[in-house]
Amino acid sequence: MKNLYLHEDCIISPLGCTTSENLEHLRSGTTGLQKFNKSEFLDTPICAGVVNSEVLAEAFSAIGDPKAFTKLEQMMLLAVHQILIKNPDLNRMETGLIVSTTKGNVHLLEDLCVFKKERLLLSNLGEIIKDFFGFGLKPIVVSNACISGGLALAVAKKMINAGKFNKAVVVGGDMLSKFIVTGFNSFQALSETACKPFSKDRNGINLGEAAAAMLVSDTPKKDSVTISLAGDASANDANHISGPSRTGEGLFKSIQNSLKEAGISSEAIKAVATHGTATLYNDEMEAIAITRSDLGATPLHSVKAYYGHTLGASALIESILCKHMMLNNEIYPSLHFNKLGVSKEINVVTAYQNSINLDYVLKTASGFGGCNLAMVFKKEGQNG
Amino acid sequence: MTDLHTELKASIIEQLNLEDMEVSDIENDEPLFGDGLGLDSIDALELIVLLEKDYGIKLTDPKKGREIFESINKMADFIEANRTK
Amino acid sequence: MAVIWRWFLKKKDKMANLSIDHWVRIKDGKIIADGEVIFASEADIASFLKAAFKFLNIKYPKFHKMDRLSKLGFIASETVMKEEAEISEDTALVFSNNSSSLASDQNYQESIKNFPSPSLFVYTLPNIVLGEISIRFGLKSENVFFIEDEFNAKLLIDYSAQLIESAKANKVLCAWLNLHNVEYDVFLWLSSESHKKEITEEQIRKIYDADYD
Repeated sequence: MKNLYLHEDCIISPLGCTTSENLEHLRSGTTGLQKFNKSEFLDTPICAGVVNSEVLAEAFSAIGDPKAFTKLEQMMLLAVHQILIKNPDLNRMETGLIVSTTKGNVHLLEDLCVFKKERLLLSNLGEIIKDFFGFGLKPIVVSNACISGGLALAVAKKMINAGKFNKAVVVGGDMLSKFIVTGFNSFQALSETACKPFSKDRNGINLGEAAAAMLVSDTPKKDSVTISLAGDASANDANHISGPSRTGEGLFKSIQNSLKEAGISSEAIKAVATHGTATLYNDEMEAIAITRSDLGATPLHSVKAYYGHTLGASALIESILCKHMMLNNEIYPSLHFNKLGVSKEINVVTAYQNSINLDYVLKTASGFGGCNLAMVFKKEGQNG
Repeated sequence: MTDLHTELKASIIEQLNLEDMEVSDIENDEPLFGDGLGLDSIDALELIVLLEKDYGIKLTDPKKGREIFESINKMADFIEANRTK
Repeated sequence: MAVIWRWFLKKKDKMANLSIDHWVRIKDGKIIADGEVIFASEADIASFLKAAFKFLNIKYPKFHKMDRLSKLGFIASETVMKEEAEISEDTALVFSNNSSSLASDQNYQESIKNFPSPSLFVYTLPNIVLGEISIRFGLKSENVFFIEDEFNAKLLIDYSAQLIESAKANKVLCAWLNLHNVEYDVFLWLSSESHKKEITEEQIRKIYDADYD
């Protein structure tokens, strides 16, 4: 299996409209979450990562008419646009396009506004992105709950290895809506305050909206350090459709298989970028899977307290962050952690760290439907 | 058995899609979760909605759910004590 | 000479060759398994699902909690998997449709008007059916759900071949599992690596397009 090499990326989120803006906030531990006593989503207080619609529309108006595109489309198109600007010679006719989203434009179920009902279809979202930029190949749309963003990278790797194309733009996104917020609220899963991954006093997730895009290919950068996806695996818990396995079965298996594909043991992993949603069950399950994999002492973080849980964008954004941590030898801190609140000893990074060589980083993700995903990122092209 | 007990059983069968079950199949003191009726965590959440929808009771601490939903008897007692509808 | 040429082609393509071990087609009130109509009833979805489940003759009370998409996926996979003497936990699930979970999304959206229902919300993702099938057969395997505008055999075959090629799965359950309002269109097949009866995209497409009486 050829490795998948990660190139230019862009994150559109409450922390900014470029990756570098996002990274600045992550380094300084500044959250993008906001408290709302009442919102368009719910009558009761929530804490969420909301992208400012006016700021977004203004940024988007440089490339298109904001009235003709939903908020989600604007975020995703802006993210892809930035990739293409940095790659003017990219042959769009031969570049793959892989799209990740869990709910797409589901908010249109409440009110179609100016849009036709085909806009609800996720395949339609793929076509919109394809047509906007003139991509030549049929988009591949992945919708597999909260692992979608990372799974899209794994799909890109497989399709490149199948010879379909040798480069692809992977784009992921989800936007907040009454549909999504009331849904998680009916699960009693939301915290009214900023979430506290792995902490003893954690009491639920915050939701967020964001988009991200990354160019990937089968070739590393010339004469430069490149980060690659060296191993990936997914495994279902086969336990429950909305709660994780109490023994972390599927995630443990995913981690083992991804390490195997990368040809390393857990000792080689220098940091873990977890899913860490701050629910009682997810964080406990993840801690179990991580310690079962002998990674209890390995520095880990969750970035859900910066963005909220951005669903179809989350695993992609978090993979992009892995890439930058590895390129810059840094780890962004996990926010709002005070006391360990899981049954296993894990090493939660609470202060910004730099000057650490991260040659392998593990990214984990889990989602409804019992799905789990693990990805091993590798630093290649280092001197010495 | 009061009307409330029967009413609860009928609601549970309908709300939780317990196909091919009759009201007479559910015992008043039978455990609803785990071994008895075998309801799961999503069913528990749906029962919380049922409490509000049919009886006007908003459960402020969802963790109390397991106690309240232990059996039809326990549920009926709780509802009698707290219903606003 | 022919042997060398075949070896060369295989090396060149570097793709696992897949067979179809068993398949099922569900449409218009019929279940067609490996070419034979094994069940027929009224086409309307509610009656069909009830009758088809009864036909399966298994005890699985959880079936009745599922949404229609999951019920269709469950019936289809049950039909195919019961032909397997042994079910490997590494049987991957590679599914696709156009509708995502739209029917359930609409039901949930309706419930928001009064009391948002958690048991409806849980089915508002297309991959939940993969969870249901995994639970039923104890599959701790690779999952993916693609959204396409129409049945795309090539994508599913290519992805499955990659899974088998990289030893991430030893068998793959592929499916087009579409539910548009009340119209259902299901095609599911079990694939494994084979050097003998390799299936082509055209052959798969033929099975999908055929009429069965």
